[in-house]
Amino acid sequence: MLHLVNKSPFESMALEDCLKYASKGSSILLYEDGVYAAMPGTGVADRMSAVAKDYKVYVLTEDLKQRGVDKVMDGIKETDYAGFVDLVEANKTASW
Amino acid sequence: MVVFRTAPYGAIYSFEGLENVLIMGAYDQDVSVLFIDDGVLAIKKGMDNSGTGIKDFSPTFRALEAYDIEKIFIDRSSMESRGLTLEDLVIEPEIIEADAVEKMMEEQKNFFMF
Repeated sequence: MLHLVNKSPFESMALEDCLKYASKGSSILLYEDGVYAAMPGTGVADRMSAVAKDYKVYVLTEDLKQRGVDKVMDGIKETDYAGFVDLVEANKTASW
Repeated sequence: MVVFRTAPYGAIYSFEGLENVLIMGAYDQDVSVLFIDDGVLAIKKGMDNSGTGIKDFSPTFRALEAYDIEKIFIDRSSMESRGLTLEDLVIEPEIIEADAVEKMMEEQKNFFMF
């Protein structure tokens, strides 16, 4: 299963709601304002470190660049639009 | 006063807020600007829209000074909880503490949230 999260973790419970139901080992792709969850040094960084251990967490490079986020936390993998398509092709998806 | 409290690209609010500030500035209104919550992300340095083609309006914040808009503030806790310091921003707002935000709003004749 691929979970798609496009809301800021500071303003929305979308990611936390997703994590309530997502089984460990499934994939989560952060895009649009969801990419802020991948920034190092934030108030949600500790939470995200733990999440990255239990899930395959991806973040969309183009949306990181748009928002000026030039560093990504360890354990979170960058992917581009083509990788996004590959993930969607390979999985059932849920948009949160 | 115009208050920015949303991230820049997920919704149109931040861009609309900037347009409002510039219009008020063009009419020589005495306008203050405050960045709180996800609003602080709108003035992050290093935006690169080459992958998305979405307009990057962060450089326009640097024009506020040209409109004589000099009362620009940022909430410290909002900035710090997003891992940011003044060096990460395209402009240099004055840092205020969260307990000063409401007082500042009360002193305004009008304020608009974006």
